Amino acid sequence: MYSFSPIQDNFSALEVVVIGVSAGGMSVLSEIFQQLRPDFRLPLLIVQHLHPHQGNFHIEYFSEIAPIPVQEMEEKQPIHPARIYFAPANYHALIESDKTFALSVDEKVNYARPSIDVLFETASEVFQHHLLGIILTGANRDGAKGLRQIADFGGITIVQDPDTAQFAAMPQFALEATPSSQALNLSEIVVFLNSIHPKLSNLSKYW
Amino acid sequence: MTKTEEIEINLLLDAIYRKYGYDFRNYARASLKRRIQNCILRAEVNSVSALIPLILHDKDFFSEVLVQFSVPVTEMFRDPIFYHAFRLQVIPYLQTYPFIKIWHAGCATGEEVYSFAIMLKEEGLYDRTTIFATDFNEEALNTAKEGIYRLANVKYYTNNYQKAGGKSTFSDYYYAGGYDSVIMDASLKKNVTFAHHNLVSDGVFGEMHLILCRNVLIYFDKQLQNRVLNLFRNSLIRKGFLCLGTCESLQFSSVENAFEEIEPEYKIYRLS
Repeated sequence: MYSFSPIQDNFSALEVVVIGVSAGGMSVLSEIFQQLRPDFRLPLLIVQHLHPHQGNFHIEYFSEIAPIPVQEMEEKQPIHPARIYFAPANYHALIESDKTFALSVDEKVNYARPSIDVLFETASEVFQHHLLGIILTGANRDGAKGLRQIADFGGITIVQDPDTAQFAAMPQFALEATPSSQALNLSEIVVFLNSIHPKLSNLSKYW
Repeated sequence: MTKTEEIEINLLLDAIYRKYGYDFRNYARASLKRRIQNCILRAEVNSVSALIPLILHDKDFFSEVLVQFSVPVTEMFRDPIFYHAFRLQVIPYLQTYPFIKIWHAGCATGEEVYSFAIMLKEEGLYDRTTIFATDFNEEALNTAKEGIYRLANVKYYTNNYQKAGGKSTFSDYYYAGGYDSVIMDASLKKNVTFAHHNLVSDGVFGEMHLILCRNVLIYFDKQLQNRVLNLFRNSLIRKGFLCLGTCESLQFSSVENAFEEIEPEYKIYRLS
């Protein structure tokens, strides 16, 4: 089995989880959501690379299987605990310093809009060491730079073990950029998420 | 954002405002900050503060910063389903007017202006329509006036046009330009007036039947959003239409009760 001992102390400091996923995303996210604890308290902010005209199918689909509410990020709206948020198709998602969502139609970053780097970088500046960043399956290099910045700001970084990912490139680039990341398979990632016990004092600021 | 950086950004925006009159102080910070970071990289300096003397003493440098700050990103028939909904929900009302005035606020490089011109043409409304297409970015406005776009995007635009309910073929509306560009048919801009207008500081445009302002408000903070939305309310005729970007909304704004939702999903509103 794996050990989280070096970073265990940080668990209770976590306030927010950001996840970046590209090719192969539907099935890994389904698996994670199905096994998520119903009393999972942290907000999960997700950039999934989607077709620019993607409708709301994925939101409806994930709402069926996730134990907590699933919705699109809305401009200027605060981040609530115990919710899963997706960046809307064809918009970048950013976090403002007052912990609200911001959206932009700026140029694509790493050929992607939404870009994982854009969410991760802006979230890391706001949440610093209270942030957990996860890179899952994908066939490009988006997210590597953002994950690195999360680590630089003292956050926790996890990468889906490239050997177990449907598309290894994105996890591989992320690991190269942030070698200190934990490389875990999907069920280990779920165990990790379910083991987070946020301090109520961290979450209370949302209410 | 660290406290120091926040101070630096405030000083930078103050300097720009006091020297050149462009007011970015009420822009949403997260996006603006990324644009400032791009300026830092391009200028090869290492802090936000280091940009300030360059901006104050070098007008040409400021012009480049201004372009960076307003990098316009748009496309033909962006959100095709919106255009589809517009044809069904709004066109029938517009048909009842003897003449139609449209304000396209924040038109950037003009792709959506031409998209609307095409749609109005196909719906038989173009000849009685006047479109005022405005932006504060002169360079973008010049591109819009020229109507010359990259050939590489045409395939994507053609796809958008079809999904938007286009009644002809997209290639009817442009000609080959140079080896890598296309020129929009000049008849599309016959009734378009391109003009400089800054939503942050300029006033009302009167008696509009329709205002289009898509994916502009997301760059503003709440206070500036409310200012601009009030400007729109005062520029519309009674029962005039307002179209915002698909991720923008009147919800929680100061004009929320002044409008009714015609098509909530595609952000088409009508003044009550």
